[in-house]
Amino acid sequence: MPAADRPWVTIVWDDPVNLMSYVTWVFQKLFGYSREKAEQLMLDVHHKGRAVVSSGARERMEHDASQLHAYGLWATVERS
Amino acid sequence: MSMFRRRGDRYVATFAVDEVRVLRKVASEVVGLLTDGFDHTDPVVGRLFPEVYPEDAAGTAEFRRYTEGDLKTAKIDQAGAILAALPDEAGGEVRLDAEAAEAWLRALNDARLAMGVRLEIKDGTDLGAELDVAMAADPSSSRVFQLSVYAYLGYLQESLLNALIAE
Repeated sequence: MPAADRPWVTIVWDDPVNLMSYVTWVFQKLFGYSREKAEQLMLDVHHKGRAVVSSGARERMEHDASQLHAYGLWATVERS
Repeated sequence: MSMFRRRGDRYVATFAVDEVRVLRKVASEVVGLLTDGFDHTDPVVGRLFPEVYPEDAAGTAEFRRYTEGDLKTAKIDQAGAILAALPDEAGGEVRLDAEAAEAWLRALNDARLAMGVRLEIKDGTDLGAELDVAMAADPSSSRVFQLSVYAYLGYLQESLLNALIAE
């Protein structure tokens, strides 16, 4: 696919302050993920330093990032 | 130390007077940070309002132009939810409905993020060990107090989260 057609992604980065249980809860709450999926994402963030938490249109990803910022998670947007 | 418990459809904790003072202080400090002289170069502000495009300053500025006002208002409101629910100067009971409980969770998290930056909390920081070092250096220091408050807020946030998800 040409670069312009590739979807964008929202990334959550590891940080030393957020509680693991809180991060899991935010993923369930914001994205409607199952507890298992949310926990796996949280562990990816924790162990790998970052994880893709959603993908799609750029505007949608910016919306997700601003929601994550409201919950205090460290989120960025980039092209996948 | 107090913790939250679920009672019916409310989340309830009973705070001692010192806890009320500490919570009032940290929530007020967050409000102050977001209102007086809001400054992106302050690392605490940088953490609460991350750059959405770390490699693209113009993209980040554009994003902030559209989202930052709402985000700031949300953060001020959630800190305000703590201030609104606290008893007056004396200790006492705090009862939160589900909406207020979520606002408290987010506000406690903001306060911990702010303190974590100032205290230079890193991955793997052992709070107990940090506190021992600070106590040995000067038990009356601000760092001892701040580390204790930081640990307390984490404990309180976890108890509220556990009460919320135990339904």
